[in-house]
Amino acid sequence: MSLVSEVVDNGRAVLVKSGSFTLFSLRLLRVTPAALRRTRLVVDQVYNTGALSLVIIMLSGLFVGMVLGLQGYDLLQRFGSTESLGVAAGLALLKELGPVVTALLFAGRAGTALTSEIGLMGATDQLSAMEMMAVDPVRRVCAPRFLGGVIAMPLLAGIFSMVGIFGAQLVGVTLMGVDAGQFWSQMRGAVELRDVNQGILKSCVFGLACSAIAVYEGYHAAPTAEGVGRATTRTVVSSSVAVLVLDYMLTAVLL
Amino acid sequence: MTQTRATEIGTGLFALLGFAALFFLVTQITNRSIAWNEQSYRLSARFDNVGGLKVGAPVSMGGVTIGRVEAIEFDSSDYKAVARLRIQQRYSRIPNDSDVAIFTAGLLGGQYVGITPGGAETYFKDGDQIELTQSAVVLENLISKFLFDKAGQEGAKKSEGAAK
Repeated sequence: MSLVSEVVDNGRAVLVKSGSFTLFSLRLLRVTPAALRRTRLVVDQVYNTGALSLVIIMLSGLFVGMVLGLQGYDLLQRFGSTESLGVAAGLALLKELGPVVTALLFAGRAGTALTSEIGLMGATDQLSAMEMMAVDPVRRVCAPRFLGGVIAMPLLAGIFSMVGIFGAQLVGVTLMGVDAGQFWSQMRGAVELRDVNQGILKSCVFGLACSAIAVYEGYHAAPTAEGVGRATTRTVVSSSVAVLVLDYMLTAVLL
Repeated sequence: MTQTRATEIGTGLFALLGFAALFFLVTQITNRSIAWNEQSYRLSARFDNVGGLKVGAPVSMGGVTIGRVEAIEFDSSDYKAVARLRIQQRYSRIPNDSDVAIFTAGLLGGQYVGITPGGAETYFKDGDQIELTQSAVVLENLISKFLFDKAGQEGAKKSEGAAK
């Protein structure tokens, strides 16, 4: 009996959570166009989420590309077609690794910062104070942060892919001795504009999902130190799962 | 004040770098660079069989890519495949008795259209059709032909032996 009631309770909790997330997202989307006009706030957030994530994104991109170069070389060498390394690395980075790894890093680096910042604002009654002054905290605090993340994500993914391709070239061409001309020309021959667009579209969707989750968790965090900590953890977990599930669905639709 | 300046510079740098990366990916990694603001003209060619030719495959002359396959259609009036080619304008001097064939790049490579120049003094114009065409070689047909020939020879040998 208690098992049944527990299942029912959990099911209800999931429903409540998804419902409140959907409502919050709609509210966020409604006030976002207005936030676009307050460029000052948005620029600050693009700086916080984007520019400050540059180092981790570029470093990760470089090493992911270098590993791709090594693994790809080892694999292709078995079939005697190491010249295709550029194609393998380029497509893997543009379509999958670029958007997905960037989104995961974004959730860890920028998403947590957003959640804890908004959560602490709530815990220290700054959000309530805004409401007292008839300022909508969703419009003033959440929307610019959301928008900043959405703008930053595709740019970060593009930088990640570019650095990754150079990383693959560094290992493949410089270390392993693949012909540089073959590396680039085969990549140019095989990669189409469609593939690049697919990667950009993916990272835009991931940007929307990660930013919305981070802002939602922060806004709804329990106003205690523990509550903010839990909300930050939930941001990383939900964002990562959402990114991986969305990635599969987008790939199935776009392929 | 210095704080906001740093923010602005950082954001500007980030945005510039981001768009530069996207631009790099679009222009340098894809084969799009050829199609941009390049004048071109169209030719068409009718084949019995285009094999695995794909839209976007290169059209080459002497090994140099001079255009791309724009569309492949099937003409049900004479049961032939029609390949529409888009050739760059600067390669406009192709003799109009040139012949066109579908080749395979390497053993596992993709198929492409190769034009072998003829000797005529007049050149193809926009919208012309190339008359001399040679279909793609379908590997399965070749293999089955070879096997049937082999079997036929064996059979002939056997019947010769039986006659003796």
